[in-house]
Amino acid sequence: MPDTMTEIMTIGEDHRLDVEKIRMDFPILETTVHGYPLVYLDNAATTQKPLAVLNAMDEYYRTINSNVHRGVHHLSQLATEACESARGLVAEFINARYAHEVIFTRGTTESINLVAACFGKRFLKEGDSILVSGLEHHSNIVPWQMICEEKKARLQVIPIDEHGQLELDGLDRMLADGVKLVAFNYVSNALGSINPVKEIIAAAHRHGIPVLLDAAQAVQHMEVDVRDLDVDFLAFSSHKLYGPTGIGILYGKEEWLNKLPPYQGGGEMIKTVTFEKTTYNDLPFKFEAGTPDMAGMIGLGAAIRYVQGLGLRNIQEAEQELMVYALDTLREIGGFRLFGPLDVRHRAGVISFLVGDIHPFDLGEILDQQGIAVRTGHHCAQPIMDRYCIPGTVRASMAVYNTPAEMDRLATGIRKAVTLLS
Amino acid sequence: MTIKEAQDEIIADFELFGDWMEKYEYIIQLGRELPLIEEQYKTEDNLIKGCQSRVWLHADYRDGQLLFTADSDAAITKGLVSMIIRVLSGHTPVEIAGAEIYFIDAIGLRSHLSSTRSNGLLSMLKQIKVYALAYQAKSLQP
Repeated sequence: MPDTMTEIMTIGEDHRLDVEKIRMDFPILETTVHGYPLVYLDNAATTQKPLAVLNAMDEYYRTINSNVHRGVHHLSQLATEACESARGLVAEFINARYAHEVIFTRGTTESINLVAACFGKRFLKEGDSILVSGLEHHSNIVPWQMICEEKKARLQVIPIDEHGQLELDGLDRMLADGVKLVAFNYVSNALGSINPVKEIIAAAHRHGIPVLLDAAQAVQHMEVDVRDLDVDFLAFSSHKLYGPTGIGILYGKEEWLNKLPPYQGGGEMIKTVTFEKTTYNDLPFKFEAGTPDMAGMIGLGAAIRYVQGLGLRNIQEAEQELMVYALDTLREIGGFRLFGPLDVRHRAGVISFLVGDIHPFDLGEILDQQGIAVRTGHHCAQPIMDRYCIPGTVRASMAVYNTPAEMDRLATGIRKAVTLLS
Repeated sequence: MTIKEAQDEIIADFELFGDWMEKYEYIIQLGRELPLIEEQYKTEDNLIKGCQSRVWLHADYRDGQLLFTADSDAAITKGLVSMIIRVLSGHTPVEIAGAEIYFIDAIGLRSHLSSTRSNGLLSMLKQIKVYALAYQAKSLQP
């Protein structure tokens, strides 16, 4: 985004974001639901898309659509440049050393499956183990379970305490127990807990073990620097970062990506093919078989430019402020039960809660009737709900365009639901 | 009352409501009147698992008719379960197996039957049909 836009979006010198101006970038926020103006608080599931993203994708199809990396013709050159420039933007966004350490995938889930399948195939043997945390989304559990089952390896789990924070006392002992890779999330999608990422990565590295970080709920809320973290693999999705669906990122350190065998076979990922022997392409193309999602890559690039225009530090500050306001407001509701860390510095984006003994599904439906979009259920993190012995929670999750007035609407909506359901 | 008449009666009841609050109050009230499943039948076998809400369903076959009792852990689902039972319980397996359930859509709660909700309600309707087909097959045996 050009600097002038950045200036328009920030007021004065303290760089506070003008949320009302930001909201105008998101056409969908003008929607009414059941006669009420939409309050969209399901951002941890997917964020809405700004005009900058919609226009970039539209522009791509209107002006330069053609297949990348192979056409000698003019449009193919333009499309290739646009896609590779998006890769460069992603690399810069997470501070990767090289652009070829950035692999385009379909999303976080595919990124994790790629590492699970390729790492498992090359490095996992009978009796080895993979260490995950008790806070994981199913997509950071099941791929590991599948490869562990295939290789007769074990899945170990870092336990969590009652506030949804990882218990790291036994970490060193667990790491010494045949662990070949550690996989966990930066921020929990179900509770919003921010994990002590650097501490865990450093501990794993002391044992010579690589780490995969699921950053799907982190990159939209805070600056993520892969070199500062010294993380080996990092996965995230475009659609939770104001970008299009169907595209995501796997970052891997060059040395690790070179050690892994290819994931899928096809066009683009090869150097030479004969019926006797195929040689594989270099990074990043080795992991990008077939025609990629060109419009998605360009849309993600536009989303990153948009977020950088606002500034992630500004976004983080604004969201923290909103989180404090929301928790203060919601805590006044009788029977309000908050899950996850109590200290707002240890949480990002997500407010997971129950009210009295009201079923989350009922609460979600009554909120929907008032135009308020939240998620209910186990949030694809069933082991966490089992930990608390609850059927699920209501999850209100925020983005940069949410306002204190919307948190008031949420609180009013909950009170109405309590009246109806008690 | 036929299955169709019972459904039309519910639809007519819902036409009286002025706003969504009244509608939901009524649904939740119906849930409280649900013929509750006896504790002994609230077993894992009778549990219809959904991602969002759970439903327990028990079927009794008496004098050629199927009788249902049920429960749910969510109040709105329970209200809908109550209506389904009001419509279908006490009919023959043949009637139940052939019945078309249209009232949920008509009263504006279609979302409860969509797979996106993945709740117990749709599975419950399927389970009722399975019971009906099973008893229908049984009654046709020589």
